[in-house]
Amino acid sequence: MTTSSDQPAIEVVDLHVDYIVRGMKRPVLRGVSFTIQPGEAFGLVGESGCGKSTTAYAALRYLPRNGRISSGTIMIDGEDVTRMSADRLRSFRARAASMVYQEPGSALNPTIRIGKQLIEAFVVLGQSKSDALKNSLAALRKVQIADPERVMGRYPHQLSGGMLQRVVIAMALACDPKLLVLDEPTTGLDATVEAEVLDLVRTLRSQTGAAILMIAHNLGVIRSMCDRVGVMYAGKIVEEGAADTLFDEPRHPYTVALLHSIPRSGMRKSEHALSTIPGTLPPLGADLPTCVFIDRCPLVTDVCREVAPELIDIGGGHLARCHHHDQITALEEIPGPIAAAPSTGTEILSIEGVSKTFHQKGHKIPALVGIDLSLADGETLGLVGESGSGKSTLAKAILGIHATDEGSGLTLDHHQLSGSISKRSAGDKRAMQIIFQNPDSALNATWTVRRILARSVRKLTGVDREAGDRKVTALADHLRLSPRHLDMKPSQLSGGLKQRVAIARAFAGDPRIVVCDEPTSALDVSVQAAILNLLAELQSEQRTSYIFISHDLGVVRYLADRIAVMYLGRIMEVGDTDAVFNGPHHPYTEALLSAVPDVDGAEHNRIPLQGEIPSPADPPSGCVFHPRCHRFIEGVCDVAEPPLIDAGNGHMIRCVIPAEQLVELQKVAR
Amino acid sequence: MLRYVAKRLLLSLVTLWLITTIVFLMVKLLPGDPARALSGPQAPEASVEALRFKLGLKDPFFSQYWRVLKGLVTLDFGHSWRNQRIEVWKGLLAPALFRSSKLAGLAMLITAPLAIVAGLVAARKRDTLIDRGIVMVGLATSSIPEFVTGALLAVVFGLNLHWLKPIASIPRHSSVITQLHYLLLPALAMAIVYFGYIARMMRSGAAKALESDYVRTATMKGLTDGQVIRRHVLRNALAPTITVMSVQIGYLFGGIIGVEAVTNYQGLATVILNAATNKDLPVLQYAVIVIAVIYMAATLLADITIAWLNPRARLDLDSA
Repeated sequence: MTTSSDQPAIEVVDLHVDYIVRGMKRPVLRGVSFTIQPGEAFGLVGESGCGKSTTAYAALRYLPRNGRISSGTIMIDGEDVTRMSADRLRSFRARAASMVYQEPGSALNPTIRIGKQLIEAFVVLGQSKSDALKNSLAALRKVQIADPERVMGRYPHQLSGGMLQRVVIAMALACDPKLLVLDEPTTGLDATVEAEVLDLVRTLRSQTGAAILMIAHNLGVIRSMCDRVGVMYAGKIVEEGAADTLFDEPRHPYTVALLHSIPRSGMRKSEHALSTIPGTLPPLGADLPTCVFIDRCPLVTDVCREVAPELIDIGGGHLARCHHHDQITALEEIPGPIAAAPSTGTEILSIEGVSKTFHQKGHKIPALVGIDLSLADGETLGLVGESGSGKSTLAKAILGIHATDEGSGLTLDHHQLSGSISKRSAGDKRAMQIIFQNPDSALNATWTVRRILARSVRKLTGVDREAGDRKVTALADHLRLSPRHLDMKPSQLSGGLKQRVAIARAFAGDPRIVVCDEPTSALDVSVQAAILNLLAELQSEQRTSYIFISHDLGVVRYLADRIAVMYLGRIMEVGDTDAVFNGPHHPYTEALLSAVPDVDGAEHNRIPLQGEIPSPADPPSGCVFHPRCHRFIEGVCDVAEPPLIDAGNGHMIRCVIPAEQLVELQKVAR
Repeated sequence: MLRYVAKRLLLSLVTLWLITTIVFLMVKLLPGDPARALSGPQAPEASVEALRFKLGLKDPFFSQYWRVLKGLVTLDFGHSWRNQRIEVWKGLLAPALFRSSKLAGLAMLITAPLAIVAGLVAARKRDTLIDRGIVMVGLATSSIPEFVTGALLAVVFGLNLHWLKPIASIPRHSSVITQLHYLLLPALAMAIVYFGYIARMMRSGAAKALESDYVRTATMKGLTDGQVIRRHVLRNALAPTITVMSVQIGYLFGGIIGVEAVTNYQGLATVILNAATNKDLPVLQYAVIVIAVIYMAATLLADITIAWLNPRARLDLDSA
């Protein structure tokens, strides 16, 4: 935190950006101002459509083809970026400003070797080829890539997401920039990889002295990385302040609502529902004469309708754009508990020794190995683990989409389920449904919502047209889809509404079990809150059981009754949610938990995972986790695979270290 | 990679066999009697019958089929029925193939660079007048049949302006320059037709690449527009264009009967047309097979080029 009070590294003043949509000017940024000092990290948060990415890209003057900076200045080094000539802008991008992008996989050219792309960033500075090569290798070492020569010869698709992001960071730091923009740099990466990338950025920050502008929708990430934070809504900064102050004592109703909609500090569905933000984001370029948050604000009064609030200093550099910033404390976390009907404990699904082996080019790839799990009625089983751990494969195996190996046992309501969906009865198919991560690709884009639902109702329940139509109306009503939504196509609906339709579709045949595969990962937190509430309500009413896959441990903790932690196609730990979160933990779970950046700013020692997840085709000997384990015991862990051992009350851990000892070890680590 | 090429070549053999069979059956199904057609309507039935025996038309079905296959394997296509002294390959197909290659090659040489540049420019200037202009010209030229274009060119540049030779009957032993002079008109006719297809593919490929995240990264690095296009756009944008071009090479060899007829150029298409009207079955069969081979070679070449351009395609090849 080397804030100096000299000239700021970047000063944005009253920036207005319009998008031209069908010949009409739509304002996206409505007067954004902020400054970042050299060496300071400034974060911008807000939900999609608030203008945070537009702000970031405008800072380097890279806007979509229909985007225009209509007024305002962006001063960097005494020069206005908005007025630079094309040549000057190029040299500014080459020498003074850099960016790290979301999705490093697509940010690098798939047809060119890493080395060539990296060298380019040095050659553009006027370096000779040989100097550029030398500096590229040094840059890769600086981002902690162990074997830079080898990585230089690779193509992007041959590297993991974490590695690619390191390469992009090395590229961004090639010119020792004055301004470094990080646009959702860890979104889409596993929590463990995210933690490593963030660690790296923290380390490099102290070396570069660049001003950092960071965009992220994950408030925990922003809190752990940034000195100051701006909260954006509808193209304006509505609150700004030091990260800790802003998150601990928010002074704008939107910030408060945003923080309240995140399941955090171990919140559970049995305690209370998540609070949501009523209404929706104003449409792009809507006319907003006074306060931008007016339609959704619980504190709104006449003055809000008449006078546009200014961003005022409420003390210590904490700015809020609200007439009623002093009444924020009146905003209690309102929602009461969801009338949860606890599970009766009757087992409805039993998974015994389920394995799935894929065959590729004559190689056997065991994707699932001897999975034992059970699911009671009205229960939510959370599945967690890094990507490649086998969560989705297990879900698909249960649904019969992947036919299981010989000897796998799936029992639904005391009768044997066929391993392949094509051999299952209509009733069995109806009993199990799925909700996907991305409703855009899961719903037929050319059908109306009514037709999508009607088809599912009739297919699953076999009722006639009339009864089907009645059921569709009832279903829509139940999921709070208004009748007008029924005649729309998915593309006309917002992300949250689309997911509601997908949920309605899954519930069309009154299923016993619904697999939720990352159902809220693509949604904003306020929409996520509404969807999680809905899922919890539906469950308590219909006693549906969920298999809930998510990489967001906060969300899993909120919704799941039991959690299974998977690694390389095996269950490493399974138990009640509280037991899994409170410990003793499997060392892998311990590492996963330590990787999550907390919105509440709680410090914890991160346990880095060494290396990358091994290939399931060639699993390590003994315990499959041993090469990455921080509690590895040589001569024991690499010899035999430990069984799942009961640590009490059905909390099973696959580790040779006894539970009592794990408790002790983990107490020390905290 | 080598394994992939070997696999593809083997697969081509199967395709070739299938094509041969289909062509053989189709030729068999053609209405009319080849022996009668060859002898003329006035010939006595006895001599026609003798010819039938001589040509092997009286042989059992399978031995006729076998003869075609055997000819293909031993590369001995036999003699023309129309003129027994002419060998099918040496006397007819090889020279026609050579002429067709010259024409197709010239047409590609003219159209490909122009269309690729036009496509790039259109993508670069998306939704401007320049883009619309290029797209419109492409659509217009590719929707006019090539024989109309050919005839038009012949009238305007050949007969009125005398810039080009309206008839592509190249004198024997003429220099390359003279040959080009004669070939330019039919080649232009073909080039104009295919310009639109290639330019449209290139435009969409380049537009996709220009919208991509890696082009954004390249721009943010501070590269010039030219560097971004050359190093980052071109490679990624070319793949679909190459596929389209490979299919068109097949057309250019075999499908341009209109242009050949208008300019009186003796290419493969003319040979096929003549063979079909004259019931010269060996010529017809083997000519169609030659064109099939050209198609397959062009597609294989395109796939290999794409793999060379794009490492991910290489990966697909290896697992194919």
